[in-house]
Amino acid sequence: MTDAVEVRAVARRFGSVQALAGVDLSVAQGEFFGLLGPNGAGKTTLISILAGLVRADRGVARVLGHDVASDYRQARRALGVVPQELVFDPFFTVRETLRIQSGYFGLRRNDAWIDELLHHLDLTSKADANMRSLSGGMKRRVLVGQALVHKPPVIVLDEPTAGVDVELRQSLWAFIRRLNGDGHTIILTTHYLEEAEALCHRIAMMKAGRIVALDTTQRLLSRFGSLTVRLSASRVPEAWRAHVTRDEGEVHYLELDAYAELEGLLAALREDGIAIDEMRVAGTDLEQAFLRIMAGSATTDDAGVAAVLPEA
Amino acid sequence: MMRGLPFTASRHGGFTTLFQKEILRFWKVSFQTIASPVLNALLYLLIFSHVLESRVTVFGGQVRYTEFLIPGLVMMSVLQNSFANASSSLIQSKITGNLIFILLPPLSPLDFYAAYVLGAMVRGVAVGAGVFLVTLAFEPTLAVLAHPLWALAFALLGSGILATLGLIAGMQADKFDEIAAFQNFLIMPLTFLSGVFYSIHSLPAFWQTLSHFNPFFYMIDGFRYGFFGLSDVHPAQSLALVALAAVLLAALALTLLARGYKLRH
Repeated sequence: MTDAVEVRAVARRFGSVQALAGVDLSVAQGEFFGLLGPNGAGKTTLISILAGLVRADRGVARVLGHDVASDYRQARRALGVVPQELVFDPFFTVRETLRIQSGYFGLRRNDAWIDELLHHLDLTSKADANMRSLSGGMKRRVLVGQALVHKPPVIVLDEPTAGVDVELRQSLWAFIRRLNGDGHTIILTTHYLEEAEALCHRIAMMKAGRIVALDTTQRLLSRFGSLTVRLSASRVPEAWRAHVTRDEGEVHYLELDAYAELEGLLAALREDGIAIDEMRVAGTDLEQAFLRIMAGSATTDDAGVAAVLPEA
Repeated sequence: MMRGLPFTASRHGGFTTLFQKEILRFWKVSFQTIASPVLNALLYLLIFSHVLESRVTVFGGQVRYTEFLIPGLVMMSVLQNSFANASSSLIQSKITGNLIFILLPPLSPLDFYAAYVLGAMVRGVAVGAGVFLVTLAFEPTLAVLAHPLWALAFALLGSGILATLGLIAGMQADKFDEIAAFQNFLIMPLTFLSGVFYSIHSLPAFWQTLSHFNPFFYMIDGFRYGFFGLSDVHPAQSLALVALAAVLLAALALTLLARGYKLRH
């Protein structure tokens, strides 16, 4: 099956800044894919190249097999983009905005789908309100509607929940999940790592214009996550002192790389005859994995980066 | 829900919608975009005709000054508003960021060009028609044109040229300021010095020669020929020059659009 998105050796420089330094990426149809990275990592540049807003200096980008430059009409028909900036046209109402956007894709009688979108995005009561009168969260939902108005098989959301309140975030994600369930490929960039962890099947982490990690969310967590063990005991075995991050009297905090290490810790405690009063293990999360990958890649050369790229 | 099925691509592209959007945009603020330029032109007419009617002779006295002035004012309004519409629509979209809504869909450079230029032409011609209708109250005899098709041809070509210039200025500019500079330092002087208010035969020889290098002069002179059958330059010569300018500017605008000049990065 054709990949939803295929990017090969894509590079782009803006003046002295190498925004993308040769990116390879494939996203299969139906995936819920996360693109993470600090500001300036190149996420938005990559998305903009897919959308035809920015041109690559070299390399190839395709959406459902359509080259974004030579076959831009088909590529753009296949893609729906929710931009990062909260932009709107102040001349129009919500319904006009959606009708116009639909018309740009050559779809002139699309009111049934527009009504459905308004309903799912909880905008029906605002259909005839001018865009200017909408709150930030509502404008954001209209942007989502505009991206979906031509029923694109591939949907890209560039930081869609930045500055959006919790309730709306939840309902937005429920909607996007349903689209994914219906077979739409979702590509998401976000700063909220817990969101990516909860939603994305697979994640690429970017830094300084490169992909520094690319794997399933689960594997990234188990490879790069860490555990915090809160141990109440008289002391910590000597061999494990190096793992201690903090002591509070008889409460010791240890950091482990993986669950597999727990067994060794328990064995050492038993050998030294140390009684465990209480023990809690706090799980790994994507934020820790992210921080470790970002810190690690700062010193690794290309070979080192390749080591964390199991699918590259 | 949408069941993963995209709509089939329709035969008609997004051009029609972009064209309609361009019209809707100025229509929603028509007081500012149509009524106020009509009023401006009317004020020029009242002041200039009052002051100059009995002092200025044009076309050897075959046409009264007020009659002479009206086609000039109509054409000036057509030109200025065509430019203003295309340039301000594009710069507004660039600055507010909503240009992205036009950049994401599968619109071709030709769709983009045609929609912006035709939208701006509708505004320019609407304002021109408004000025003409209002001024007929002062000069009802002007309702009968000597060569209406010539007048129409010059109105449409001039409007198309200024709309294209507006589109190019809108692409080039990064700030409203730059559009204003383009308008005040180029478009305004060229229109005012093109013979809207006078026949170039009344000018000293040097300025007459210089006027022939002003492309706006041919638009207004040719348009006036449509009213009176009289002109400073043969209308066929003016039409050829104006048509050539229209074609060259269209080619330039289409090339810039195809490159995504200052639109796609």
